[in-house]
Amino acid sequence: MLWLIPALPLAVAVLNLLVGKRLGRWAGVLATLAVAVSFAISVAAVADLLGRPAEERLALQHLFDWISVGGFRVGADLRLDALSATMILVITGIGALIHLYSIGYMAQDPRRGRFFAYLNLFVFFMLMLVLGANYLVLYLGWEGVGLCSFLLIGFWSDKVANAEAAKKAFITTRIGDTLMLIGLATLVFTFGTLDFVPIFGTASSVLTKDAATVIALLLFAGAIGKSAQLPLQVWLPDAMAGPTPVSALIHAATMVTAGVYLVIRSHVLFEVSGVALTVVLVIGVATALFAATCAIAQVDIKRVLAYSTISQLGYMFIAVGMRAYAVAMFFLVAHAFYKALMFLGAGSVIHGMHDEQDMRQMGGLRKVMPITFVTFLVGALAQAGIPPLAGFFAKDALLEVAQHSGRTAVYALGTLAAFLTAFYLGRMLIMTFFGSARSEKAEVAHESSPLLWIPLAILAVGVAFAGVLELSPDGRLASYLEPVTGVMREGTGLSFLALAGIAVAVAIVSLAIAWWVYGSGRIDPNTFRARMEPMATAAQHGWYVDRAYDVVFIQPAKALARLTGDVVDAKVIDGAVNGVAGLVKRAASGGRLIQTGFVRTYALVLFVGAVAVLGYIGVRV
Amino acid sequence: MRTPIAYFLLLAGLLFAMGTVGVLVNRNALRIFMSVELQLNAVNLTLVAFARMHNDLTGQVLAFFSMVVAAAEVVVGLAIIVSIYRRRRSVDVDDIREMRW
Repeated sequence: MLWLIPALPLAVAVLNLLVGKRLGRWAGVLATLAVAVSFAISVAAVADLLGRPAEERLALQHLFDWISVGGFRVGADLRLDALSATMILVITGIGALIHLYSIGYMAQDPRRGRFFAYLNLFVFFMLMLVLGANYLVLYLGWEGVGLCSFLLIGFWSDKVANAEAAKKAFITTRIGDTLMLIGLATLVFTFGTLDFVPIFGTASSVLTKDAATVIALLLFAGAIGKSAQLPLQVWLPDAMAGPTPVSALIHAATMVTAGVYLVIRSHVLFEVSGVALTVVLVIGVATALFAATCAIAQVDIKRVLAYSTISQLGYMFIAVGMRAYAVAMFFLVAHAFYKALMFLGAGSVIHGMHDEQDMRQMGGLRKVMPITFVTFLVGALAQAGIPPLAGFFAKDALLEVAQHSGRTAVYALGTLAAFLTAFYLGRMLIMTFFGSARSEKAEVAHESSPLLWIPLAILAVGVAFAGVLELSPDGRLASYLEPVTGVMREGTGLSFLALAGIAVAVAIVSLAIAWWVYGSGRIDPNTFRARMEPMATAAQHGWYVDRAYDVVFIQPAKALARLTGDVVDAKVIDGAVNGVAGLVKRAASGGRLIQTGFVRTYALVLFVGAVAVLGYIGVRV
Repeated sequence: MRTPIAYFLLLAGLLFAMGTVGVLVNRNALRIFMSVELQLNAVNLTLVAFARMHNDLTGQVLAFFSMVVAAAEVVVGLAIIVSIYRRRRSVDVDDIREMRW
């Protein structure tokens, strides 16, 4: 019955694509139901899995033979184990809530049938990605979610900026995807198969360290693109051009976590390599800090969340790089909850502010949008790491692993990033919800309809209680994931209380500073920012990485295209073709002079020719 | 004593040459035609001369064929000239140069 889980969203997606317009508001209801039923089936499947002893928690389903060429076989196979089970619950569960939210959010949009079709299609592809039992099904899902992301970011295609953002997202992730495809090809070349079981089973004996490093880094390149890590992080902030439910589902909870899933799934390859894990760790740390600095300077509420997502994904890769896969997964789940919550909350705010996204125009919204405020607050505090919310446990577990394994630099930088995280979250909260309204829109803002705040409430509850899943590296989630991730080595270091104390202290101090700057009124935020120039503007523009790419890659590429088009195509190729034609023309105009129309000329030529032929024959004879 | 064949052939050659010059030099279509006839007659003479030389009647038979063809050609050619004359009131071949570049 595994195949039903992705099949339902696919079926409703096709339905909505065909007759979505005529279904009107039922398009959204059907779409939500599809994902909700998928969720129910997923719960049943996972419950069945949990009912078995740990060694037997595996369900495989072979759908059909996909490729069968020579000795190379790939089947359309689905695999439900502890890792994919966690993912499908997140995808369908949060997905269903976001679909429900979208019914309200997109109620005025005439093209909502298509929107829900794309959204369901996305859920289908994401499920295929995590349920695949081999790299090809995973890649199918990988490419599919990229496509749906493109379609959804540029959904309001009448605005050029949205189409540009969609193009940017697709092209940037393409770079990673291409490298990943090369990695897949290398896998086929080395192992002769793409199935997980044989690859991971024989990896340590078949692969040399260098070969494993190459393959692992190629796969990680795909993850860098999809999960918006350095240096391919540039597409995610621009992707906020899409409708907010899209940002919540794709760019917070699911698609961007595909990279983390990929690396955890392939951890055997990374472990054989060793170097690859270090690369993952370094990029994770760099990204977490980089994005956190950018988040501090943003004025658009969605862009703060976008950079925040990049930063949190960096955290997940830090965990993976330290082989703490269960911690990474817990972080993934917790992040999915609170980030989706904050994005949906931001959507509610934007809706209430009549499509205004600039935080400088907001203020004092907690009085007019209480439910949005409370749920958003829960999400923000969770991410900041305030106990007993989920984020605290995740972040604390991660920093504990870092500290216990002697990676002091990682611990210090991770704590610094946590400080910045709490600061930008506090800033966002205060600018949006506290103080007094700074514009007319903020004064007339209103709370959103129940269709919008019910999912918010459910997510907030989830965020508050998700800490139950995991309390330490050898907590429940870890032992549950063990068959897939292997046992994690433990180290020693500061006690749990000490680490927790430091983390909470850092978060509270940071929030307090944010309050001091933005909320207390004793410091003028504009002067504060002006003193930070030119760093503040640089941070707001993502440290001008976009500009650098433009200069180094895009302008030369455009120049090359212009060269090819205007010179090579117009002058060289067309010149050659036209030149040949001209040659023929000149030859012909010379040649036609033979035809004088003068009879006596023809008679003379006839005579001369006859003499020549006879003469020739005469000479020969 | 038989006359040497050379004389026959020489005469035929001269006639043919005169005919050729007539074809190339004249402007009047009828004159060109008469020159062509001259050429044909020269050829017939050559054929009969060779027949006499080899004591083989094949040459004479071939001359008959040639005469038949010449007659047919005259019919068709004169028909064309008459039709051209009716159109243009002249048989000057230099004036007939429409089929040119």
